[in-house]
Amino acid sequence: MSAARLSLHQFRYDQKVFWRNPASVFFTVMLPLIFLFIFATIFGNDEIEDRGVKTTTYYVPAIISLAVISATMQSLAINLTQDRERGLLKRVRGTPLPAQVFVAGRVGNSLVVSLLMVALVALIGRLVYDVEIPVNTLPAVAVTLAVGAFTFCCLGFALTAAIPSEDAAPAISNAVVLPLYFISGIFIPDNEIPDGVLSFADLFPIRHFFEAFFTAWDPGTAGAGFEWGDLAIVAGWGLAGLVIALTSFRWEPRR
Amino acid sequence: MAEPVISATGLSKSYGDFQAVRGIDLRVEPGEVFAFLGPNGAGKTTTVEILEGYRERSGGEVRVLGEDPARIDRAWRERVGVVLQECRLTPELTVREAVAQYAGYYPSPRAVDETVSLVGLEGRADVRTSKLSGGQQRRLDVALALVGDPELLFLDEPTTGFDPSARRQAWEVIGTLRDLGKTIILTTHYMDEAQALADRVAILAAGEIVAQGPPGRLGDRDERATRISFRLGAGRSPDELPATARELARVDGHEVSIEAQDPVPVLLELTRWATDAGLLLDGLEVRQPSLEDVYLELTSPAAPADAGHGERPRRDSG
Repeated sequence: MSAARLSLHQFRYDQKVFWRNPASVFFTVMLPLIFLFIFATIFGNDEIEDRGVKTTTYYVPAIISLAVISATMQSLAINLTQDRERGLLKRVRGTPLPAQVFVAGRVGNSLVVSLLMVALVALIGRLVYDVEIPVNTLPAVAVTLAVGAFTFCCLGFALTAAIPSEDAAPAISNAVVLPLYFISGIFIPDNEIPDGVLSFADLFPIRHFFEAFFTAWDPGTAGAGFEWGDLAIVAGWGLAGLVIALTSFRWEPRR
Repeated sequence: MAEPVISATGLSKSYGDFQAVRGIDLRVEPGEVFAFLGPNGAGKTTTVEILEGYRERSGGEVRVLGEDPARIDRAWRERVGVVLQECRLTPELTVREAVAQYAGYYPSPRAVDETVSLVGLEGRADVRTSKLSGGQQRRLDVALALVGDPELLFLDEPTTGFDPSARRQAWEVIGTLRDLGKTIILTTHYMDEAQALADRVAILAAGEIVAQGPPGRLGDRDERATRISFRLGAGRSPDELPATARELARVDGHEVSIEAQDPVPVLLELTRWATDAGLLLDGLEVRQPSLEDVYLELTSPAAPADAGHGERPRRDSG
């Protein structure tokens, strides 16, 4: 079987496993939507001063950013650690399945779920909150998503090296992202966040990914909507994650 | 003679100062069921994982299916099935799906349903793996290793933690694999398992093979038969022995040994014959050492590595 067909074979099973796992479906698919409803309800539909947009126009790209990070980094870190500790990764290494094909299946799964979430949140935004879906800046949306997905997939594989056990996987990966969601303007509009806190958040990729994605999605954006500076920083994190993943990713259980 | 499936000389593995495997010599022929028997920490899994290509050895020469397992490729993996000591299978897939997934990794896999039947799970084919008992999960694991139709199968402690009936079922599956002509390497710390399944057994203790041979003869024991042995006096021919004894006797020079399922009548006949003829049955011995005796003696930390039992000359040590 060619590598492409084998990757597709592997991807099909990864999809099956994903959709049959209640935790995956809840945390990756349902929770971002719940966040969108909660924030849109709590913060109403006022104008956000500094940005000149309605609250929901702010939260749609914010929740899409969160959903992409959740479907890539979070989901990969948790599931790969679980499979490593169960001995499943080691078992797969004992078959002819090439490592790259295994990785392609998992990454493909994350990308498809990410795209689905982008479509779902955009659609709900359009139908429920009347948030426009960008047409003119679509290339910037695509490029920003591609850079973000690359980076957060690499970071997902890298993060497994810092997780010692199956039980620690959800705790550690949430401990990494939750504080960053708060200080990066994903949960709370960034005009409410002190400048010092925002510049601290700027040290990490989530804030830059959100900034780039907001510009690309914002219907008020003039021009193509590319935030090259933010994208470069996001991509830099991705490359660092890739190096860590290539050197530290383990197929055998730690226990 | 065909190329051996596995050959190793001086296979060793150290972790820092600790020598986990201390120079093992092995030769496994096609179609053999070969068991590593030994207590936990004897080096069974380390040895097997070197043969499987999971670990690098520290020294020695090793060939598995003609290749050095430290430098194997995809084509080699297609010929080898591996069941690890511990592996929880994907709980979200059904038995049939899990087997079909692994079937896709191989160029000419066995039929999925047939493979499921081979491990006795045909009645559970559409059940999620999370709903299987421990024994059924293990048999599914064997099915995953088998679906690529490998020539060589590694089973690391296939029945550890099983209840007796699950063990019986697992043994039946392994018996079926033997009938398919697979070469099987298994590790176990159950003596009866090695005895029931293996053509040959290597007893490992502290990283060394302390005895090797067919299980019934390891350490010169044969559970089914008691061995009566003695020396015939000079000028006596074995043809003079009483009928039953003559039938069963193996003669080597003056040494006579008789293996009997029921030694009492043989002994009675023999001693009557000897008394009548006025013979001394020089060195008369009636022995039935259990495999457990042999095993415990060989694997106890106090035992010297060359405890003798494995070294005694045998008619056939495989």
